[in-house]
Amino acid sequence: MALYSEKVMDHFKNPRNVGKMENADGVGEVGNAKCGDIMKMYLKIEDGVIVDAKFNTFGCGSAIATSSMATEMIIGKTVDEALTLSNKAVVEALDGLPANKIHCSVLAEEAVKAAIKDYYDKNGIAYDRELFCDGNCAHCHAHDDE
Amino acid sequence: MYVYADNAATTKMSPTAIQAMTDAIEQYWGNPSSLHTTGQTAKEALEAARAEIAQLLGAESPREIYFTSGGSEADNQAILSAAQFGARKGKKHIISTKFEHHAVLHTLQKLQKQGYEVELLDVHETGIVTPEQVKNALRPDTALVTVMYANNEIGTVQPIREIGAVCREAGVLFHTDAVQAVCHIPVSVREDNIDMLSLSAHKFHGPKGIGVLYARKGILLRNLIEGGAQERGKRAGTENMPAILSMAVAMREEMAQMDAVTAKLTTMRDRLIEGLTKIPHSRLNGDRNQRVPATVNFCFEGIEGEALLLMLDAEGIQASSGSACTSGSLDPSHVLLALGLPHEVAHGSLRLSIDAETTDDEITHILTVVPRVVSYLRNMSPVWEALENGEKEHLI
Ligand SMILES: Cc1ncc(COP(=O)(O)O)c(C=O)c1O
Repeated sequence: MALYSEKVMDHFKNPRNVGKMENADGVGEVGNAKCGDIMKMYLKIEDGVIVDAKFNTFGCGSAIATSSMATEMIIGKTVDEALTLSNKAVVEALDGLPANKIHCSVLAEEAVKAAIKDYYDKNGIAYDRELFCDGNCAHCHAHDDE
Repeated sequence: MYVYADNAATTKMSPTAIQAMTDAIEQYWGNPSSLHTTGQTAKEALEAARAEIAQLLGAESPREIYFTSGGSEADNQAILSAAQFGARKGKKHIISTKFEHHAVLHTLQKLQKQGYEVELLDVHETGIVTPEQVKNALRPDTALVTVMYANNEIGTVQPIREIGAVCREAGVLFHTDAVQAVCHIPVSVREDNIDMLSLSAHKFHGPKGIGVLYARKGILLRNLIEGGAQERGKRAGTENMPAILSMAVAMREEMAQMDAVTAKLTTMRDRLIEGLTKIPHSRLNGDRNQRVPATVNFCFEGIEGEALLLMLDAEGIQASSGSACTSGSLDPSHVLLALGLPHEVAHGSLRLSIDAETTDDEITHILTVVPRVVSYLRNMSPVWEALENGEKEHLI
């Protein structure tokens, strides 16, 4: 089926790092069931490095694939590096997504950020609020028009 | 195993329909408007097909049959014609339902912008509109009532004969989009009090890109396509002979075997309903009994329909869904929302539509795979987690 690239289908059918995490250092949930997608991201962080990541996703095939790819891309990275992960990088790593699915990748980027924000909050680390999701999914879905 | 369970989207052409098409290409390639022998041979075949279709639909005369490019065109032409006709008498009120096909709804929206008043009736949780609702909505300035015969997403059948009777009594034009009904359940324009009807051949094992607008004698049609005098001047363009002849053959064949097929399909459909109902927090969409024999539509809470479809496709099961991701918009299907389903639930829908070639083994395969895939997706769904640990309340 040519709707999605082979990479997307691989990550959709065999998602990496799917599941919950006990005692996560940071947990972030973004999206809205009403809009049709929710991602929950769990991070294990040691000395400022993401040593493990897990996700749970309610959403379409590309939402699941982008969550999976995003976890693969941030494991082993420092928190600062993970914050620079862009939805574009996730899309490229998946060999592209159809235009109307780009918002799913935005959601993956936001899920990583939300989990890091939670980690910052729990540990009293100061950060720039501008960098994070404001909980309004119309903002992510608006990327559809690109 | 490979299971095609998306016959409401389109069907595979039957061998006889394919044969009729190739025969037409070889034997009736003339232009029916030509006066010479080759043209007139084609003309005869064309008119024979028209007569056959008229008879199969219970029409009074072949002159009431207009060939179109399919269901969408027939819907457009019927509605725009009735609207224009009504406007001439100062009637600009149109009654329809919330869950019509977009070929109807978008045409109505266009009319609304032109100053028509469109009233969309509720279809309730059952997915059925009542004749009383239509009766109560009728006004002296009602130009048209248009109600689909069977819904394409959930398969519920509307009380068309009774609605037709209400309209007849009030002297209001009545159109029905019967694309999902013709050749699936008995339809007769005469007995069902229908003034205008749309149908499409590719939903009954005929070719794509061909359909019919039935318009009762005396109804004034408005052209969508101007040009030659084909279709009594109401639809220009040299006739698509292979498709028309093939459609007539498919219609005859499907209607001839309808009783036998219905019995078989109903048994299989009921197995599907019984089996899928066993999945916790699932629900059958639309009335349990008043439905076409081939279509079921379910919602599964906590999962999203497109992911479900892709997983099923990987397991050889091809179906469809009304989730936002498959509709190409942010909202799930307007049909499911019209039933009163919350967005969250409507996202997790699955439509299975079988046909005479479906086997019991295939139904068994569906009933084995769907529960497994649903629970796999639920296990990775944060929504399901919240539902199960009590953070959110189950809606179904
Ligand atoms: C109820 C209904 N109306 C209209 C149509 C449009 O028919 P067609 O594809 O022939 O234009 C369809 C099929 O997609 C349908 O299911």
